[in-house]
Amino acid sequence: MELHELTIQQLSDELATKTVSSREVVEQTLKRIEKYDPVIHGYLEVHSEAALARANQIDQRRSQGDKLGPLAGVPVAIKDNMCTTEGHTSCASKILGNFCAPYDAHVVKALNAADAIILGKTNMDEFAMGTSTENSGFGPTRNPWNTETVPGGSSGGSAAVVAAELAYGALGSDTGGSIRQPAAFCSVVGLKPTYGRVSRYGLVAFGSSLDQIGPLTKDVSDAALLLRTIAEHDKRDSTSVNAEVPDYMAKLNEPIKGLKIGVPKEYFGPGLDDEVAEAIRKALDVYESAGAMIIEISIPRYKYALAAYYLVAPAEASSNLARYDGVRYGYRIKNPKDYVDMYSASRADGFGPEVKRRIMLGTYTLSAGYYDAYYLKALKVRTLIKEDFDKAFENVDCVAGPVTPTPAFKLGEKIDNPLSLYMADIYTVTANLAGVPAISIPCGFSAAGLPIGLQLTTKPFTEDLLLRIARMFESATDHHLPRPKLQA
Amino acid sequence: MSPQKSHTPQYRPTVGLEIHVELATASKMFCACTNKFGDPPNTNVCPVCLGMPGVLPVMNRKAYEFAVRVGLALNCNIATYTKWDRKGYYYPDLPKNYQISQYDLPLSSNGYIDLPVDSQVKRVGITRAHLEEDAGKNVHDLPDCTGVDLNRAGVPLLEIVSEPDMNSPQEVMVYARAMRQLVRYLGVSEANMQHGHMRFEPNISLWIFDEAETDGGHYTPIVEVKNLNSFRALEKTVVFEIERQINEWQADSQNYRMDKMSKQNRGWDDVKEITVFQRHKEEAQEYRYFPEPDLLPVEIDEAWLKQIRSQVPELPAARLERFQKEFGLEAKLANLLTSEKSIADYFEQAVRAGASAKRAANMIQSQGLRLANERGTDVGSLGVWPERLAQLCKLADADKVSATATVAIFEAMMESEDSAEKIAQDKNLMQVSDASELESVVQQVLTENTKAVEDYRAGGKKSKKARGFLLGQVMQKSKGQANPKVAGEIIDKKVLG
Amino acid sequence: MSAKIGPEQVRKVAHLARIKLSESEVEQFSEQLSDILTYVDQLNELDTSNVEPTTHPLRLSNVFRKDEAGETLSNEAALANAPKKHGGFFAVPKVLE
Repeated sequence: MELHELTIQQLSDELATKTVSSREVVEQTLKRIEKYDPVIHGYLEVHSEAALARANQIDQRRSQGDKLGPLAGVPVAIKDNMCTTEGHTSCASKILGNFCAPYDAHVVKALNAADAIILGKTNMDEFAMGTSTENSGFGPTRNPWNTETVPGGSSGGSAAVVAAELAYGALGSDTGGSIRQPAAFCSVVGLKPTYGRVSRYGLVAFGSSLDQIGPLTKDVSDAALLLRTIAEHDKRDSTSVNAEVPDYMAKLNEPIKGLKIGVPKEYFGPGLDDEVAEAIRKALDVYESAGAMIIEISIPRYKYALAAYYLVAPAEASSNLARYDGVRYGYRIKNPKDYVDMYSASRADGFGPEVKRRIMLGTYTLSAGYYDAYYLKALKVRTLIKEDFDKAFENVDCVAGPVTPTPAFKLGEKIDNPLSLYMADIYTVTANLAGVPAISIPCGFSAAGLPIGLQLTTKPFTEDLLLRIARMFESATDHHLPRPKLQA
Repeated sequence: MSPQKSHTPQYRPTVGLEIHVELATASKMFCACTNKFGDPPNTNVCPVCLGMPGVLPVMNRKAYEFAVRVGLALNCNIATYTKWDRKGYYYPDLPKNYQISQYDLPLSSNGYIDLPVDSQVKRVGITRAHLEEDAGKNVHDLPDCTGVDLNRAGVPLLEIVSEPDMNSPQEVMVYARAMRQLVRYLGVSEANMQHGHMRFEPNISLWIFDEAETDGGHYTPIVEVKNLNSFRALEKTVVFEIERQINEWQADSQNYRMDKMSKQNRGWDDVKEITVFQRHKEEAQEYRYFPEPDLLPVEIDEAWLKQIRSQVPELPAARLERFQKEFGLEAKLANLLTSEKSIADYFEQAVRAGASAKRAANMIQSQGLRLANERGTDVGSLGVWPERLAQLCKLADADKVSATATVAIFEAMMESEDSAEKIAQDKNLMQVSDASELESVVQQVLTENTKAVEDYRAGGKKSKKARGFLLGQVMQKSKGQANPKVAGEIIDKKVLG
Repeated sequence: MSAKIGPEQVRKVAHLARIKLSESEVEQFSEQLSDILTYVDQLNELDTSNVEPTTHPLRLSNVFRKDEAGETLSNEAALANAPKKHGGFFAVPKVLE
């Protein structure tokens, strides 16, 4: 097996037994990035020197017999909406220009404390708004499985670099499916934790009541390991929950006895691609063979989730993005006429079309006369969707279904029709609205060779259960093993 | 207003006041930056109050408790459940371009304060008091640009909104001063006007009515004047606006009415001493309030409320009344002593340490406050602790020192840790009141001044003068230490028998 | 039904959001936002008259910090990313009071 093919845990074992040094691993990964990333464009910025310096440091500490963290010497990538004192934090937006954060995000500190090596910042849809990474202000990322197709989004860069083995794992963020959808498109594991499980401090906000950081990895065990590293109570995030973080690795390989999987009948309506539907049914068969009970359930208000989401998220975003005004940091036009022009012209130049569209939508729905009809209405529907999930979990351990209605679509195919792009989120937004954890795991390929993902959802703060259920599938199948053939 | 029927329309000012009070916490509302006035620009700042990408607010518990304390003192309903909202508008001094505030669920509402106005009790309703974060400052006197200083951004700010219950400039001023006194009593703000700790926004309109008519009259359009940061500006603004609105109404009484013209914002021009039109309310900001997703709601239970209630001290009005009753002080003196909590506490501690109330009160008025004022400090910080003031009062009460001597002794006590008595002795300021000690001095004086003794004894015109002369001689011989009262009695006894 | 949000309203919203729009953008947004608003209108099929809004997925309250002053940034660090600065201040075009 080649070095880059290893999972995080396999690599950790090699590093621990000193069959390879961290420096060698980083050098090899940088070489692969240099070779393959010009086509894929998964990275916005690679921190080569810092990564090498850190690798040397960790190798040295290892040779001294120091106690090292659980990710010691493992190169990982992070989405460019997490603040780092190293390099820039751009959110793939021109408006942040050359912004250098004066502080590290909580997850960055956690990775550093675990002795991981951060290789660089990955591409994304601008401010995490999108489902294809085509909305990046710095050019799109391509899907390593087929470079004519999108990698999904908004964490497209993170999914692509893990799939292309240009990092051993990555962090993404998920507001309406931005971890799970690209994970499905790129055949990697993507986990969105329960809202409140991982601190958002240092994550550039999009939809504050929906955003959550999570791992993208080659397999479920690595996802468990990364989640264990970043899940922690943080006093700087009032919405980070002060609850014990279980050892997700401990019982990971123990199957759940008498597992009940609920499958919402509404998920298999029109709009779902036949090949995707088929792959999901086969996946459910795998569970059935493993002794699970498959139960048809109903999420009656499922069809309203997307509409509610596209009111809540843009409203919060319109406020969260008000701070990009060219006063304290970021882009400012040359020679503004006055201070109002400084705002309006800088924001007109700095934001891309999708970001403007959502700011406009959110501003409109929050304005006087529309608040009750749109925003408040959406918050109430959110309550109903939460209730649907609460009710479902009274009878089943887990809700299963597709991640996306179709496999990866072609670059440019939907860019002119925002609403059709929004439809790609239809299966994923429910978990964000309800605040529940959800995972996407590879469950096969289309006839055209494009990956398909299976989505599993459990009750809040039961990521341990969710990971075990996901692991059951993974240990019974090989869908997670194939890797794309890359073009240099 | 006038009791007799009249066909000339009458008017009555109707004023409500919004007051912004900066709370005296150690750190800001939502981050750990120092809450301090007067530091170099942009030095009490961090990623949170600079509104950097990715930052999150965390509530300051003390700021919340301070705000509840004020709500309790204003007889408000304290909400058991409140939340935070974002108020959106763009301005360079507002880093996130939204302000974290409380919109539909303020932490306190529906209260009142009773004020003494013309020997009557005037009750002013409190609509609500809620917490928010202060903005930074735009600095306008730089060349070619406006400077933005964010040291103040994020400082906890309490907004207290009154009902439009005030009907004269005098009432507005009594209310505003009472509020300043109250927040200082509560220890929640220094309320230093020069430091911008308190800012006023009056809403002013006139009720115009004709007693001969039965239609209930009508109101002039409401004028809101923003950001007044001195009592002087507040008073001048209200006086000016009343005049201005009367004139406007007289010029166009059919249209200058609340139902025909919208609310307007005006600004106070401190140089010209006039208000200047800014905008009509319909052009006003659209704030796009919505619940702040980065903060969780606050729920107050009985135990917590009880704990906060225990931190509310006796309030100025109650204390004033008690000082008059309990210590028999005149209203004016009691008012002075209760003007500040620190003075009232100082006085009471001195009394508890054995000073007589009247002596302590007079001493504080004539010495303490005068000297504190001269030195720009407060009476408690002069070095004459309440216990030491009590020593001095007791010496004076026992006639061991003269009233005149207390001035010198008080001043000396500020520089020395010695007891009042020791200072009096060292400075030879102890009075001799012991009759047996004074007897020989008096005898000597009488022996040396037989003419004066004769004059005194003779009575008539010269008698009073002669007695004064003899007493003066005794004082001189005793180097001023004789108690004049006792010495006089001895003279009388010896001469008149 | 015609456009749910016409060009005039788009311009008003753009001003509120401080985004300068070209005339073609105004047209485009009017169309696209109207489409989206038409789509979300399906929410009116649900009766929510007795439903509490969910502003937050977590049912938590009272998260505070102690009133203690902590670390701050130096003036240089605070202004490091500023497009324009002047003697310790962030500098912006003249704001008339």
